[in-house]
Amino acid sequence: MGRTLAEKVWDEHVVRRADGEPDLLYIDLHLIHEVTSPQAFDGLRLSGRPVRRADLTIATEDHNIPTTDLDKPIADLVSRTQVETLRRNCEEFGVRLHPMGDIDQGIVHIIGPQLGLTQPGMTVVCGDSHTSTHGAFGALAFGIGTSEVEHVLATQTVPQTKPKTMVVTVVGDLRDGTSAKDLVLTLIAQETTGGGQGYIVEYRGDAISALSMEARMTICNMSIEWGAKAGLIAPDEKTFDFLHGREHAPRGVDWDAAVEHWRSLATDDDAAFDKEVVLDAAAVEPFVTWGTNPGQGAPLSADVPSPEDFAEPNQRVAAQRALEYMGLTAGTPLRDIAVDTVFLGSCTNGRIEDLRTAAALIEGRRVAGSTRMLVVPGSVRVRLQAEQEGLDVIFKQAGAEWRGAGCSMCLGMNPDQLAPGERCASTSNRNFEGRQGKGGRTHLVSPEVAVATGVLGHLAAPSDLATV
Amino acid sequence: MEKFTTHTGVAAPLRRSNVDTDQIIPAEYLKRVTRSGFEDGLFAAWRGDPDFVLNHPAFAGASVLVAGPDFGTGSSREHAVWALQNYGFRAVVAPRFGDIFRGNSGKSGLLTAQVEEKTVIAIWDLLDTAPGTEVTLDLLERTVSAGVGLAQVRDSFDIDDYTRWRLLEGLDDVAITLSHADDIDTYEATRPSYKPATL
Repeated sequence: MGRTLAEKVWDEHVVRRADGEPDLLYIDLHLIHEVTSPQAFDGLRLSGRPVRRADLTIATEDHNIPTTDLDKPIADLVSRTQVETLRRNCEEFGVRLHPMGDIDQGIVHIIGPQLGLTQPGMTVVCGDSHTSTHGAFGALAFGIGTSEVEHVLATQTVPQTKPKTMVVTVVGDLRDGTSAKDLVLTLIAQETTGGGQGYIVEYRGDAISALSMEARMTICNMSIEWGAKAGLIAPDEKTFDFLHGREHAPRGVDWDAAVEHWRSLATDDDAAFDKEVVLDAAAVEPFVTWGTNPGQGAPLSADVPSPEDFAEPNQRVAAQRALEYMGLTAGTPLRDIAVDTVFLGSCTNGRIEDLRTAAALIEGRRVAGSTRMLVVPGSVRVRLQAEQEGLDVIFKQAGAEWRGAGCSMCLGMNPDQLAPGERCASTSNRNFEGRQGKGGRTHLVSPEVAVATGVLGHLAAPSDLATV
Repeated sequence: MEKFTTHTGVAAPLRRSNVDTDQIIPAEYLKRVTRSGFEDGLFAAWRGDPDFVLNHPAFAGASVLVAGPDFGTGSSREHAVWALQNYGFRAVVAPRFGDIFRGNSGKSGLLTAQVEEKTVIAIWDLLDTAPGTEVTLDLLERTVSAGVGLAQVRDSFDIDDYTRWRLLEGLDDVAITLSHADDIDTYEATRPSYKPATL
């Protein structure tokens, strides 16, 4: 019987397989950042172990850094210590680092693909759950904890129990005004936050093939939000075109050998998945979350649901709590919800394509007087590219703030935070209680919905802008 | 890592589902570079509420947390495990866990006992009736038990064999893997030349 894409990549990386043990997987690329690595480097020092393959490791600063006053030292002393600790660790252990101020600095999941380090058929790990992003290239990519970061640093491997496989087949075509983000939010609402648990998910079908690499990254990025171990998409011509010529992409005969191998990774026709989910892209509408987990979402045309709408007791209780936290009343049209802040950025939607889409929509319009909008490019290169195209001017003319690169308000670890009760339409990936600042209220949206919301001051679809 | 065989301690009922790692410890507490001192960030947004379960005198000193489904979803932050351990928890009982959180727990010595939802509800009800009741987790037998007589709740829990063995022995994963260094060397010799390098 044939094998799936995920099984092929998995099998190619098994260093050791023994009964009663997880497989020991080789890791092709290990991404590091300041928040989940200090204790791992400490562990190495304590045990007197070196980094086994510094040449397969790369670090950047993203989670905990400011996006303003970039020329000044980090004001928060504890944050500064954490960033300086990463710098010292990278120097001591010989790890390549792209610090603040470096042209290749940015969110880990943006810079890997940007540098051409993320390639099909690879295993990629990082102490960050959105490592699934790299699956868009047909890589097996997943988040790990700090103990595993130490393990990978010391051994370049990680023990893993093989998950089951699932395929999400997306048929039909996305309609105008909807995007990959709406698609994946729709999927998560349908499957709930635990629906993917225990699975590696392959996304395929006409709607997936039609997506750009950047949109595919948005889909794979959100795999963890419905509990999946990883999400991936078979590499195709778009993947190869994206990679060709990038700094770390293979060249010459190596390129030919690589592409030949990458083509062989696609799921075999006779391969079997443990589960299949089918989704119709044509039925997807602009989608927003109303609750406090990414599965609590609804089409923008709907009303805030009532807890009574949920049959399952846990979901009913969770909905009740979510409505209280979010300050929402069941039955309110989602479009009537006024929004204080719009955040455009993150590893989910902070790539150049996201900024282009948003800029095209906001050009000639203004952010509503009662609303502030932050635009945070995912990397320095994304920022520079956007500035070269004049996108920064468009955003600024519309009244939005144009910031430095980083994770920023996605997780509210740096000064970019919501105040208690402040409501945000965010292109990021998590609407957990307090995620963007204590007491902050998050609605997850696409870049298009973010712009429409910013301009109108309430949750809105791009089509609502026709009259503005 | 400290060995885990059996543990008996006061259990606290956390009657919530989808307790994500941002709830267990918010990002603002992740700036420290140590593995200790994270107890102040544990459930930070909820601890200020006098009615929050951990503020109840009967659950002071709780070392077992009994939570609803999908405990530990979200971020990969191992700080969530450290915060629970730094506070004094040795085990979490829930019907389903976030994948990365569960992996992290196994690496750090926090037992995650997966039970059927009805068992969690039965323990919750028992703890409501008799707050301060101790719960025993026996990793050798893979059982969770609480209470006595007719009110007793007893069930088996799920944990994979390998994690169970490592917890029982208190083994360090890195040392186990480095004992297979030859296998890693052999594998590395076969890696295609077109794979990228960062240096």
